[in-house]
Amino acid sequence: MNMVSKLSVSAAFVLAGASTAYAGCGIASGSAKLLANDFPATQAIAAAATACDGGGASVTANLNKDHKDLIVAAFTANPPEFTASHVTNSTLVAVMNDGLAQPLDGLIAKHGAGIQDMQKITIDGKVMAVAFMANAQHLFYRKDILEAAGAGVPTTYEGVLAAARKIRDKGLMEYPIAGTYKAGWNLGEEFVNMYLGHGGEFFKPGSAQPAINNAKGVATLNMMKALTEYMNPDYLTHDSNAVQAEWEAGNVAMTNLWGSRAGAVTDGEGSTAEIESNTMFAAAPTVSGGSIPATTLWWDGFAIAKNASAADAEASFLAVMNGISPAMATSNADAANWLIAGAKPRPVGKGVVESAAGGASPYPMLPYMGAMHGAIGAELADFLQGKESADQALADIEAAYVAAATEKGFL
Amino acid sequence: MPHRTFISFIWPSALAMMLFIALPIVSVAVQSMFIAHEQVIETVENCGPFGCKTVEVVNAEATARLRTDEPLGRFNGAGTYTNRNHLAFKEIGLALAEATGPVDFFGRILNLPFYKALAFTLTYTFIVTPLVIILGFVIALAVNRIPGMFKGPTIFFSLLPMIVTPLIGSLVLFWMIDSKGIIGATLQFLFDNPDLSLKASTTLTWLTLIVYGIWHSAPFAFVVFYAGLQTVPQDTLESAMIDGASRWQRVRHVVIPHLMPLAVFVTLIQLMDNFRVFEPIIGFNAQANATSLSWIIYNDLRGSDGAMLFGSAAATSMLTIIGVCILLAPVVLRTWRANRRAA
Repeated sequence: MNMVSKLSVSAAFVLAGASTAYAGCGIASGSAKLLANDFPATQAIAAAATACDGGGASVTANLNKDHKDLIVAAFTANPPEFTASHVTNSTLVAVMNDGLAQPLDGLIAKHGAGIQDMQKITIDGKVMAVAFMANAQHLFYRKDILEAAGAGVPTTYEGVLAAARKIRDKGLMEYPIAGTYKAGWNLGEEFVNMYLGHGGEFFKPGSAQPAINNAKGVATLNMMKALTEYMNPDYLTHDSNAVQAEWEAGNVAMTNLWGSRAGAVTDGEGSTAEIESNTMFAAAPTVSGGSIPATTLWWDGFAIAKNASAADAEASFLAVMNGISPAMATSNADAANWLIAGAKPRPVGKGVVESAAGGASPYPMLPYMGAMHGAIGAELADFLQGKESADQALADIEAAYVAAATEKGFL
Repeated sequence: MPHRTFISFIWPSALAMMLFIALPIVSVAVQSMFIAHEQVIETVENCGPFGCKTVEVVNAEATARLRTDEPLGRFNGAGTYTNRNHLAFKEIGLALAEATGPVDFFGRILNLPFYKALAFTLTYTFIVTPLVIILGFVIALAVNRIPGMFKGPTIFFSLLPMIVTPLIGSLVLFWMIDSKGIIGATLQFLFDNPDLSLKASTTLTWLTLIVYGIWHSAPFAFVVFYAGLQTVPQDTLESAMIDGASRWQRVRHVVIPHLMPLAVFVTLIQLMDNFRVFEPIIGFNAQANATSLSWIIYNDLRGSDGAMLFGSAAATSMLTIIGVCILLAPVVLRTWRANRRAA
């Protein structure tokens, strides 16, 4: 997570020039205020959606890297501060925990003809969000470096370690691996990926009781620690932005980075042609003899606030529909792994597709997963720095989680 | 001043303090004693692009009904204060009973998030505060001696660290101390150690944050002391010179006693500010190695995908306020006694 609270310029302002051209989009009245994360795919969507501004309708979009911390507060207000928001597996759960999203079935029946079934996030028979793209962390590798080291493309984390050793032994790179290991949400996500790759379960079945203090948890921690031996010593400060910068500077040969960054490291900007042409993508590696890639599958979609008036909800839905239209996906084919009908698969999206095809787990949509993720992110750093044992780290995570989950009323 | 006049002068600010300081603190104190309602969980089918799965969800309607009856949540008394993520009474009791020695005991205590944060917060406060005062005083003395035409620009540049927004200042320095940044690379060269990184070890991270804190706050002490230096009685200084006092003796016996009330003021402000250290931890991405009480509050509100822990944040806020009061008590008591003697 980027900590700088960047209240980005309203996309409506940036796109002022384009906003009057297609005024309407069939929105008769009401106002749509969209909140979304800030990356190329959401920028394209916001541009298409805010094109509906004008006439009887008002459509604005706010792109913000910290959007996930704003959604719950924005949807709680009545009338809501934002009528529709970008949500993911994890943030939709936070919104639904407080009952802040409205079912979209009625609006889909009326205006959602082009939505594919797999885009509908259906919970208890009601569509609560419409997904537009898939995302996952997967392997980025440098073909030239791996060839020079005499290593093949690794398909397991054990293979990643072996390749890293060869690269270091040949003197090609001192720190060939990078990871989004910044303490907090990023580090928590890396644990979640690796633990699911080991086939672990976070909770005792059907309850909110934690269940990570086991052999799989220890194996997960040991693998993460082994990987950090080949990372820049500053790894606990590296988020996706930092890893992307390291990659574009040619300092690393392998990383498990977000599919939404694949376009950015091959866009002809910020790096050399040599690095970009040798940047390849593959499924996330498996680990410890497991059969599924050690990563989590994410969808990104839109949900509409329960507190939005009928007119505003309809205006928001139409604006979102225009934002995630097949035309937008076709003209921004490289920006994301679109789930939208008619969008051509992008070449750089193969890492996400292969991870999904390999059977990677979706990020768990459980009400108490947020508290677990937070506890993991906060308590892991001590172990990676060698200050405590794996057992102690796992016990700390469970204790921190139990305190937080008790406070949230889950235990 | 007659009481009537005093009251007519003071009531607007008293009212504002009531509304904007006292009431919010009371509301935070109340909030800290409540936790969320027990969530009503049900099992449903969840379908999406990656298939269908049976999962637990919160029954928001049932939970909302509970919330309408008791909007604040469940009363938990001091439960949040004493839980593992705060004062951790149970864990301390266990550590007392089981620890094999003082090293093991303190190791266990410092493994608890609140005490880990408190350790850094207090270290930071007690190192930064005196060094800021000393450095600010030395700069003030130096600037006071330079010729008039250089004074303006020198004062401006000395103030820059304080003018720069803390978050921006720490971010800029964070990039500069990166092993490929200008400061980081220079240090690697000077110490002839290509693996030296200020961000990688706890000790060096603490050192970096402390140096940043001194750099950022010294101008404040400097400005206050520089203003004070303009009021040092010249007669006393001159008579000291006639008595043959050296420059050091004049500073020690004339200037420092004269500036003492200002030093008390700077100490109070710095103790308060440093105890609430926050921005540099964010700017330096230092949370793996250094956390503070303010950072814990931030993490409770931002750490886990919208699952905000208002009760926890409120409890840590109250503990921070209590901490500041304890820190300030000796200084305030001393000033009060001195004033009473003078009166």
